[in-house]
Formats: sequence, structure tokens, C-alpha cells
Amino acid sequence: MPGSPTPVIDLSQVTKIYGHGEGEVRALRGIDLRIHSGEFVAVMGPSGSGKSTCMNILGCLDTPTGGTYKFLGVPVGTMNADQRALLRRNYLGFVFQGFNLLSRTTALENVELPLVYRHVPKEQRRAMARKALQEVGLGGRETHVPSELSGGQQQRVAIARAIVSQPQVLFADEPTGNLDTATSIDIMKLLTSLNEQRGITIAMVTHEPDIAAWTRRVVRFRDGHIESDQVNQPVREL
Amino acid sequence: MFANAIVLALREIRRNVLRSTLTILGIVIGVGAVITMVTIGEGATAQVQADIQKLGSNLLQVFRGQGFGGPGGARSSSPPFSMADVEAIKNEINGVRAVAPSANTSAQAIYGNANWSTMVTGTDDQYISVRDWPLATGRNFSDSELRAGAAVCIIGATVQRELFGQEDPIGVSMRLRNLSCQIVGTLSAKGQSGFGQDQDDLVLVPLRTLQRRMVGNADVNSIMVSAREGVSTEKVQADLERLMRERRKIRPGADDDFNVRDLKEISSAMTATTRVLTTLLAAVAAVSLLVGGVGIMNIMLVSVTERTREIGTRLAVGAMARDVLLQFLIEAVTLAAFGGIIGIALGLAAGAVATNAFNVPFVLNVGIVVLSFAFSAAVGIVFGYFPARRAAQLDPIEALRHE
Ligand SMILES: Nc1ncnc2c1ncn2[C@@H]1O[C@H](COP(=O)(O)OP(=O)(O)O)[C@@H](O)[C@H]1O
Ligand SMILES: [Mg+2]
Repeated sequence: MPGSPTPVIDLSQVTKIYGHGEGEVRALRGIDLRIHSGEFVAVMGPSGSGKSTCMNILGCLDTPTGGTYKFLGVPVGTMNADQRALLRRNYLGFVFQGFNLLSRTTALENVELPLVYRHVPKEQRRAMARKALQEVGLGGRETHVPSELSGGQQQRVAIARAIVSQPQVLFADEPTGNLDTATSIDIMKLLTSLNEQRGITIAMVTHEPDIAAWTRRVVRFRDGHIESDQVNQPVREL
Repeated sequence: MFANAIVLALREIRRNVLRSTLTILGIVIGVGAVITMVTIGEGATAQVQADIQKLGSNLLQVFRGQGFGGPGGARSSSPPFSMADVEAIKNEINGVRAVAPSANTSAQAIYGNANWSTMVTGTDDQYISVRDWPLATGRNFSDSELRAGAAVCIIGATVQRELFGQEDPIGVSMRLRNLSCQIVGTLSAKGQSGFGQDQDDLVLVPLRTLQRRMVGNADVNSIMVSAREGVSTEKVQADLERLMRERRKIRPGADDDFNVRDLKEISSAMTATTRVLTTLLAAVAAVSLLVGGVGIMNIMLVSVTERTREIGTRLAVGAMARDVLLQFLIEAVTLAAFGGIIGIALGLAAGAVATNAFNVPFVLNVGIVVLSFAFSAAVGIVFGYFPARRAAQLDPIEALRHE
């Protein structure tokens, strides 16, 4: 494995239980997973197998019930909400299946949002957001609001928002789940170049083998366990 | 961080024009209605109090009949007063400043082509003293005019305006029915009474002139008595009642066939009435305030889902709970302040227009302005801020999943 000896992500025996008593759901039943800097990992598995749950925990959007999660060697479990917010702010980017853009807000303002919380001055913020939009191929769409953009374009805005703050790791939960095949390929090309050119570590959930084929490692989930973890020879469709 | 929060808050207000407008509107309605209503109510109260001053201080009036609540026919069947009664009051009751008889009839006043229907009061030279009502020009009746029943008169400001306009009426003769009488004085303008009557629409003539030359009897219908400064009107009233019972030979136990009214009492009853009116208006206004508040509450609660998701998004990209809270607080305060200022301005403007239209003074009640503003602002802030606070304390993913 390339990169530093300390993995970016290190999960050991992570569990997640939703609810209590009769109605409790064991979404994760002891996950061990290490991801090193520069990797591009696909997380696959049937619906309900715990992929999203795992991704949300990795993205510090959710907290595990048990086990330890170390980010760059630092245990996340002992952090408070503000410290986790700082972790998201400074190291992590997240792309959702449903985009989660602010409605009635321009593409530029959406992309700027993480920089606002990083206290980047306005002019610099504008410039960085513009550049990120160009990078995802949306130069010229700065003033469009989400309702004026196609699904693929909205997901590009979301990706621009995730990468504008130069994160170490990008998490994507079914980023192509709502998109057609051609658009999905564009998004995968974009993610691949971010991984290869910018060296951003990417962990991506997908249930489509065609999409997973773009990555260099495939982790399969089943019933809250990791079923398999295989190296993959990524496709090159250029 | 603060500057950022302001930018985000203002952006949010702009982004949600409808929601912002409705919130502001809720506050405007609440604050505006309360201020308008209370201003009208207080203006009416102030007007009534001013009217009480105008009636003349310490004025008592002795009428025939049993007065309020007595049998309707009592007045006509009970005997009239006489000048002897007037003299007796002057001589036998302590604390009396002035006494004047009064007998009335309505008549057409004619001068040149102008004619005006008015009230003619027969009285003596004490009238203006009893009523505390100075002459504007001319002079009072002389003793000889009173004794002789001369054809002279003093006219009120309304009669003067209607018949003479700018012309000086002193020394001029006008006709009252068939009587041609010379004007010797004019009364200063007194305005409307608390009962809405035009007090200046009257002509004074000597009592004897009215009795002999206009109505053809020697009746005195009522007697006006003013108490001296510092003398209790209750005591004078009691003395008057005792004296009149004696003079009219009413047996012990029998009902009075006259009544003594303290105009102050009537006036304070009216003040109480306007106070009830003010309370009523305030209650109506409070309902508007509540409706406005419920409106704001609704808007805020309806948008909780959208806002919770939005908060989830902000948290996901690295906002801390306090960043989000500060933004929402600024947003709520800005909307409340904006709505409050517009509401106060509109409320005061409407209050000014209404008090002007009702011809009552404009009284600013700062307490109500502050109170209504505080209430609406509190509603806006509480319902804008607290759902946001709950959302900001969730894990980001829970906020994002909110339905
Ligand atoms: N917020 C939640 N409350 C209760 N159960 C949940 C919640 N989120 C997910 N689950 C349950 O946890 C399991 C794993 O869900 P998820 O991680 O979303 O699966 P996947 O993304 O692989 O389809 C499922 O059984 C799901 O029903
Ligand atoms: Mg999922």
C-alpha cells in the first residue's frame, strides 16, 4: 500500500445500533477497515447492508455505537460535536446521493459555503468557488440555482462544494444513484481525476458494478459485516 | 464569525422572501393594531377629561322631576322653580359662589337673510359666572335690563358665526321669533360638551324677557349653582336638596319632585365609559397581536423541515452548532426589528389619522409601543430560533434525514 504508514482511516470493531430493545437494528456488527492516503475505494453490497451507515460514520456525520474510529491516527470517539465539526471543515468532503444543495441559492454560493465557515475572506472565497466550479465543468453556471440545473449538474455543484476546501478525503454515498449512465460516467471521470491529479482519497458507496469498476479497491458489505475486500484494476474509459 | 453570520442571515432572508415577508407582516399587524387601538382609546379618554374641565368647575344643577330613573312624567307635573328659590339658595346655602336661573325655549334667530334655529336661555347676569364662561366681546346684562325684561341678548359663538360671519354683532339687532333684540355681548367659544352637544349654539336673554315676551309664563326650569373653590360639592348638593324639600313642602318619606345633579359625577361616569372603551379596543388589539403571533409561529413551524435539512447541510460542510445558531438568531432579530419598526410607524400613523378624524388628542403611550413590540419580537425570535437550536444539536445526518 502506498502513502504514509498511518492510515487515513482506521476502523476497528465499529458497531452501530439504531433504536433500543425490541425494535433495535444492528446496522454495523463489527467493521474493521483501513484506508490509506490516495486510495479510491468502492463500497458495495445489497440494500440495507450498512454501507450508508458506515459512510456517515466515516464522514463524522454520525457517531458509532461501539468500536474505535481513528482519523489520521487520532481517535474520533472522544471528540465533541465542535471538534468533529472542525474535522469535517478542515479534512473531509461529503457528496450525497440527494445532492443536499441549499435551494434558491446560486451554485457559487453553495460552493462557497464551506469556505464561509473556514473564514476565508470574501474575494478569495469567490475565486476559489469559481475555480472549483470550473474544475467540475460548470464554469459559467455560477449564478444558476439548483432548480435551474440538471441532476448531473447539481451533483457536480455538490462535488465542487466538497472539494473547494481541499479535503484530504472525499466521501460519496451513491453519487451516481440518481443519474443516467452517460452522466454517471462523467461524474466517475471527475472523481477519478480528483483522485489521480489532486491525490484526494475517495471512499464511494455504489451498488452498480459498472461504477465500482472505476475504482482500485472494492469492499463488499453484507448484513453489517465486511464480506470481501479486493483490489481492482480500474477501467480507463477516456 | 459575527460578520459571517450576518452575511448568511441576510442571504437567508433574501432567499426566503415569502417567509420573511409573512413574518414581518405578522409583527406589523400585531404591533400596528395595538398601537392604533390604544392611541384612539387614550385620545378619547384625554378628550373626555378635557371636556370635564370645559363644563366649568364645581357646577351643580337643580332640575324639576325625579331625574334619572324617575317616572318620565314627573318633570312636567312637578311645579317649576321661581326667582324666590334662586334668592333662597343664594342667601341660605354656604359655600355657593354664584347662582343663576334658567328657562329655555328653542327659537329661530334671524338677521338679514340669514336664519338659524337655536336654543334661547333666559337667565340673569350670574350665568357667565356660574358657567365659568367669559364673554368674548361686549358686556353682561345690566340690572335694569334684567328688571325690565329688556329686548337684549348675548349670543354664543356658533350663532355669531352663522348669522354674522365676520361682521361685528355688538349693538346690532336681530330677531328671535317676533322679538327684535339688541346684541350686547358675545360669549367666548366653548366647543362641544362631553355629550357631543355644541355648547356655543345658544342665545342668552334676561329671564324676564323670555318669560314675558317669548313663553308667556313665569317658570324657572332649572337653577345652576356653582360651589366655591375648595368647598365639597357633595355638601352643597345635600344642602340644596334639604332646602328645596323644605321650600317645596315635601313630607318626610315622600320622594323628591326635583333633582340635583353634579355635572362632575356625570362626567366621571363618562370617563369610566371611555376607559371601558379603551380596554375593549385594547382587547381587540390584543387579539390582532395574538393572530399575528400565531401567523409567525405557523410560518416558522411549517418551514422547520426545510430549515432542519438546511442546518444538516451546513453542519455537514463544517459549521459548528454555534455558527448556525448565531445566523438564525440574527435572522430572527432582523426580521423582528424590521417588522417592529414598520409596525410602530404604521400604528402611530394610523393612530394620528384616526385621532384626527375623531377629533380627539393624539396621546403617545410608550409603554404599549414597547410592550407590543416586545411581544411580537419574542414570538418571532422564539419560533425562529428554538427549532433551529434543536436542529443544530442533532448529529448532522439526523438533521439531513429530517422529514
Ligand atoms: N436512522 C435509522 N434508524 C433506524 N434504522 C436505520 C436508520 N438508518 C439505517 N437504518 C437501518 O440500518 C440498516 C443499514 O442501513 P443503511 O446503512 O442505510 O444501508 P445501505 O446504505 O447499505 O442500504 C438498515 O436495516 C436500515 O433499515
Ligand atoms: Mg444507502
